Amino acid sequence: MNTYLVPESLAVSDSGFLFLASTGETFTLNEIGKDIFKMLQGGDTREAIEQKILELYDVERATFVRDFDDFINQLSSFKLIRTK
Amino acid sequence: MAEKKTYERPVVTKHQSGIMNKFGSGPSTSVRDNIDGVLIKDLAGKFGSPLFVLSEKTIRQNQRNAYRVFKNRYPRVQFAWSYKTNYLDAVCSVFHQEGSWAEVVSEFEYRKARALGIPGEHIIFNGPEKSIEALRTAIREGAMIHIDHFDELYHIVELTDTETLKARVAIRVNMDVGVYPLWDRFGFNYENGEAWQAIKRIVANPRLSLIGLHTHIGTYMMSAEAYRVAASKLAGLAKSMHDEFSITLDYIDVGGGFASQNTLIGQYLPAEEVVPSLEQYADAIASGLFQLSIKPEDLPTLILETGRALIDNAGYLITTVIANKRLSTGRRAIIVDAGVNLMFTSFWYKHKVQPAQQPSVHTEDAVIYGPLCMNIDVLRDGIVLPTLKQGDRLVLNHVGAYNMTQWMQFITMRPNVVMVMEDGTVELIRKAETLEYLAQQEVLPARLKEKKSR
Ligand SMILES: Cc1ncc(COP(=O)(O)O)c(C=O)c1O
Repeated sequence: MNTYLVPESLAVSDSGFLFLASTGETFTLNEIGKDIFKMLQGGDTREAIEQKILELYDVERATFVRDFDDFINQLSSFKLIRTK
Repeated sequence: MAEKKTYERPVVTKHQSGIMNKFGSGPSTSVRDNIDGVLIKDLAGKFGSPLFVLSEKTIRQNQRNAYRVFKNRYPRVQFAWSYKTNYLDAVCSVFHQEGSWAEVVSEFEYRKARALGIPGEHIIFNGPEKSIEALRTAIREGAMIHIDHFDELYHIVELTDTETLKARVAIRVNMDVGVYPLWDRFGFNYENGEAWQAIKRIVANPRLSLIGLHTHIGTYMMSAEAYRVAASKLAGLAKSMHDEFSITLDYIDVGGGFASQNTLIGQYLPAEEVVPSLEQYADAIASGLFQLSIKPEDLPTLILETGRALIDNAGYLITTVIANKRLSTGRRAIIVDAGVNLMFTSFWYKHKVQPAQQPSVHTEDAVIYGPLCMNIDVLRDGIVLPTLKQGDRLVLNHVGAYNMTQWMQFITMRPNVVMVMEDGTVELIRKAETLEYLAQQEVLPARLKEKKSR
């Protein structure tokens, strides 16, 4: 099972604005990015997130799995999450 | 069950502190889903991807507009299409239908113009390499031969002597116009008196008629003032010829070199804000020429060999996304199916790239790579684009000049080129290359056909 760690100093606004207090960096998430990020913060596993997104959005599993990996890579490269 | 939301890839974008986002962001990315009304998806569906597309309408508009702009400022104007800029037959033919002559820089280009039905007397033969055979033909056919160096002049003298022919010649003059580096490798220098020397030698030979003066001061010239200097220096020479030898020139040819609306790599402001308009170039040239103080009926024709400024914006490249990738820095990379072997101008220009389908609201800084397995294969760096999927199409704008002549068959083949005609139909004007086409030129020695060497 895959879960992720989100830094505590991170705040997300409803519009998808991210503020990393420890470094002062800011980011924007698109709508779906924000949905996923909230799930990550809530401690959802990868499998749970996949499930929820497929219910919410009109997308094939294969497409989403690939995009999710890329999203996780982006977040890790900005040090916004760590894989547990 | 509730309607599902439309999907797009999840993305996170880091804000660059301090720097203003010079590209603008978000939904401002414009979409180009058609070229002159023909859908990109239909073009690529029928003719494949990558695909070069030319707009007949734009070429004609460019040429008509340029003629009008110059004609409003100077009484006699003639354009000569610079073949090397784009010598596809269909492109040259549109320019010729609009009244342009041909400007060629090699024997091959010369023959191409002849094959398109252009008579010798409407061909300007430029360039440092003209073979004896090519010169012989050009002299016989009455072409305007623009002499580049003394060795060429001697060849022409020899040919006209042995064949008792008369040649119509001009000299190419290079000069200091305040723009560096100086293009002093072509033609005869103005400042050191070499050009005047050449003029005197030609005038002394009864078999040569010196009908014009030519210069081409460079390409993508950002200074209109440079053209005023060039035109006035040629006008000065013309005046001296008139005063000293009573020669009235048929024409003064100021070459090409006007910048197109493409932004150079390393140039911060977009081209539209820094590139002179055609009107500014024309004002400068006309003001330089009016120093001629020659009777109006004797004014030489102004010849223009404008290349890129007449064709760049008439050319598009449609390309398809092969993959999205993350670089080690987290930066987004997009791999597309057209490489720098087709897009020579990617080395100098930040081409405008537009998605062909409705973009997502979210944009991200990206680099666009071609499909070649080579590090130099960068089509466009530092561009903000919406998220794209495999199979999505992108359109590169302003690619009409030099790409369809300087492209090479390297790793991939050269693709189809089509022209969207004024009536909205689409014509294939150059067929994609095939393995068979390439194999035709190769010769495999018999001994290498054996499966294994002993
Ligand atoms: C002699 C000559 N004329 C015309 C041109 C066309 O130049 P441009 O495309 O910059 O207008 C060139 C290209 O460098 C050239 O060498």
